[in-house]
This record gives sequence, C-alpha cells and structure tokens, in this order.
Amino acid sequence: MTGARAARTTIALKLGMAVSGFIFLGFVLAHMYGNLKAFAGQEAFNEYAHHLRELGEPMLPHEGALWIIRLGLILSLVVHVACAVALWRRAARARTTRYVVKKNTGVTRASLMMRWGGVTIFVFLVWHLLNFTIGKVNPQGGATDDPYLLMVDTFEVWWMTVIYLVAMLALGAHLHHGIWSAAQTLGWTGTAAKRQRAKTFGFVVALIVSVGFSLVPLAVLAGIITK
Amino acid sequence: MNLTLKIWRQPDASSAGAMHTYELSDVSPDMSFLEMLDVLNEQLNEKGEEPIAFDSDCREGICGTCGLMINGDAHGPEVTTTCQLHMRSFKDGETITIEPWRSDAFPVVKDLIVDRSAFDRIIQQGGYISVNTGSAPEAHSVPVPRDDALRAFNVATCIGCGACVAACPNGSASLFMGAKITHLGELPQGQPERDTRVVNMVAQHDHEGFGGCTNIGACTAACPKEIPLDVISQLNKDLRTAIKHGH
Repeated sequence: MTGARAARTTIALKLGMAVSGFIFLGFVLAHMYGNLKAFAGQEAFNEYAHHLRELGEPMLPHEGALWIIRLGLILSLVVHVACAVALWRRAARARTTRYVVKKNTGVTRASLMMRWGGVTIFVFLVWHLLNFTIGKVNPQGGATDDPYLLMVDTFEVWWMTVIYLVAMLALGAHLHHGIWSAAQTLGWTGTAAKRQRAKTFGFVVALIVSVGFSLVPLAVLAGIITK
Repeated sequence: MNLTLKIWRQPDASSAGAMHTYELSDVSPDMSFLEMLDVLNEQLNEKGEEPIAFDSDCREGICGTCGLMINGDAHGPEVTTTCQLHMRSFKDGETITIEPWRSDAFPVVKDLIVDRSAFDRIIQQGGYISVNTGSAPEAHSVPVPRDDALRAFNVATCIGCGACVAACPNGSASLFMGAKITHLGELPQGQPERDTRVVNMVAQHDHEGFGGCTNIGACTAACPKEIPLDVISQLNKDLRTAIKHGH
C-alpha cells in the first residue's frame, strides 16, 4: 500500500524522466561516435553500420543486439514522454490564472524550453527515422542501400542540413538543462559545489553532442566529405 | 516619488477579479512597500472606496505572511520579503504591477490575499518530530556534527511565505518541502520519521495540486531567505531512499 504511494508521486515521475534521459544520453554519444566515422571515409562508415547489425553474433541472431538496443530505447521513449506529459499537465493545472507581469529572474532560457524543445526533438526523431532508418528516403533520388551515400546525398541538400542543425540546437539546449536536472532529480547535487559541477558537466556534454553531430552535415555541405 | 500602481482587485474567492490602476503621489523613498500600500489605503478610505486587502504581520521579514508579486518578481526586485522592500528600489514615475501569488493550491481570498493553508497541511504530514515532552534533555546527550547543524539551521530559516511556489513556472512547492525535509533530516531527532516524512509530505503536495519540479531554479532566486537549490536534491534523494526501503 505504502509502496505504491511513493511510486505515485511527482518525484517518481521525475526519476523516470531522469533515468530514461540518461539512457538517451548514452545512445546519442554512441550515435555521434558512429557519425564521426564519416570523416574516415565511405568504407569505414559503412563497415561500422554493418558491424552494428552483426554485434553479438554468433551468440545473438543477426541484428539481435541492435534490436535489444532499439527496444530499450523505445521503452525509454515511452517512459520519458509519458512522464513528461503527466508533469506538463500537472503544471498547467497548478496555475490556471496567469500573471499579468511575470519575470524569470535567475533562470536559464534552456530550462524554460524543455517541453517545447522536447516536442521539437520528437518531431525531428520521426523525420530522421523516415529519412535514414524506416523509410530510407534519398532526397536526390540516389542510392538508399549504402548508408554513406544516403548520408552524403541528404546533406548536400542545404535545407536538409538546416533541419538537422536546428534539431541539434534543440538537442543541445535540452541536454544543457536536462543533464544537470537529471543529476539533481537523482539526488546527486546535495551541495553548491556539486550543483555547479553538474551544471558545467551538462553544458560541456551538450556542446560536445550538438557540435559533434553538426560537424558531419556541415562537412558535407562544405565539400570536405564527398562521394 | 509619483507612482502608477496596477493592482489586482477581487471582492472574494468566488468573484472574478481585474487589474485596477491607481495614481499615488509624494511617496517617500524611505517607505517600505507595505507602508506605501497603507498610504494608498488611507486615501481610498477617505474617498469612501474599499481599501486594498493584503496580508502582513510582523513587518520585520521573519513571519512570511506578506507576499506580493511585484512587477513579475515574488517579493519584488530585492532578495527580501515585501515588508522589507523599500520604495528606493523603484524609480520616480514608475508603473508597478502588484498581483497575488498565482497558484491553484493558493486560492485568492480577496484582492492580494491568498489562502496558504495547503502549506499547513503539508507540514501536518511530516514537518515535525515525535519526542517525549517533559524536562529539557541534556544538551550533550545527542551530539550533532557542526556542518549538519549549520545546514539544518540555514534551511530552517524558511518562513513558508510561498514565494517559491509563486515564482515557479510549474507552480511547484519543492523548495519549501526540500527546506523542511533537509532541516529535520540533517538532525538525529529527525531520523525515525525520515522515510514516512518525505513520502507523506510529497503525497500531500501532489494532492494539493502543486506542480512537479523541473529544476528551473526560479524558486531559489525568489526566496527571501535564500534557501539553496540543493534542498530539492535532498528531497529527491530522500524520496528515492524511501522507495528503496519499501515505502
């Protein structure tokens, strides 16, 4: 009876968001590493993509490990979104009469953008999966079975690169607040020094992720990465 | 000083309210913000109008009764309570917007007065320790490490004014709860009820309709007692520990 009580609180929802958020962080770091293989050339990039499908063989079937990771990510997404929606709805009900004048003294812009920024990232995720995973749509009508060519063809189209850059800006802002916020939710920032460290860590990781992901499309557009 | 005041007027809890504009001249910069409102109310009384209802008690910044949203900042632009805010913090000719705390858990009673008994009900759920009363115990029988005592004392300065809720974009009372949890949880006397305290207080907080915390930090910036954000980390940690202990 009491067990259900603690797990039904808003803090339990926050814990759900923090844990699933850190799973996503691990994923985007690994994803970024794979993307940067593009600088090593077509062969290295495609080999990495192919290897992902062979991961864990022969213990696991073909694409076995990949699907385990995918299921973990889908589960994290369900938890992250469900908790966010529940907390968003609570916050909306907590203040139904708005202030005529309201300042946000001592507040970062990133912390106020978490919800709509999250929606932006979700919309981008759908677009991105249609582009590279589920749909494999080549905007130039070229090859779709070669990951490297699909990537280069995509980012040679300037507006595709713009979409990806905007998404990385949203992701960077989300991580900038999200990483330290998750650390706080997990109770790791019990002193001013620890809080500052978590904030700095969050900012640095957010910068690494957003710049790291943006390098490849920018390099394609600049003609550094070519077919 | 001459001021234009835009103030929320609402006759009672069930009626709709609206912003009203008042002109006030010859305000001394040495007046406190509440004294400025007192002067306005005297003028309204003379004109036979209903004076503006607002909360205040000690007027020395220790009781937490006063609390107004002033130009979008809880307790105004300084880090203090409304009663300790002085008119020298404003410019001559300035327009000042004054609103009550906005939180559905703090319903407006009249004009600028809100009902904060939701905080009392959270305290009733765990803002206490159970001890046998009687003669005072020997002070040295329960040693308290210096750093723990300091932290407990620092967060015990929370006066429950509700500025954290008023400033929070989510309407969360996490800073208030965190202050109480940390205050009692840092001391040996607070240990027996530590797990049930956090679970019961957070459950009551959610039941009252306060929002969830997203660690924005507007609360700590608005807090007149400068309660630091790490009490929310402590609150989260204590709840996580309570879940682990099967609560």
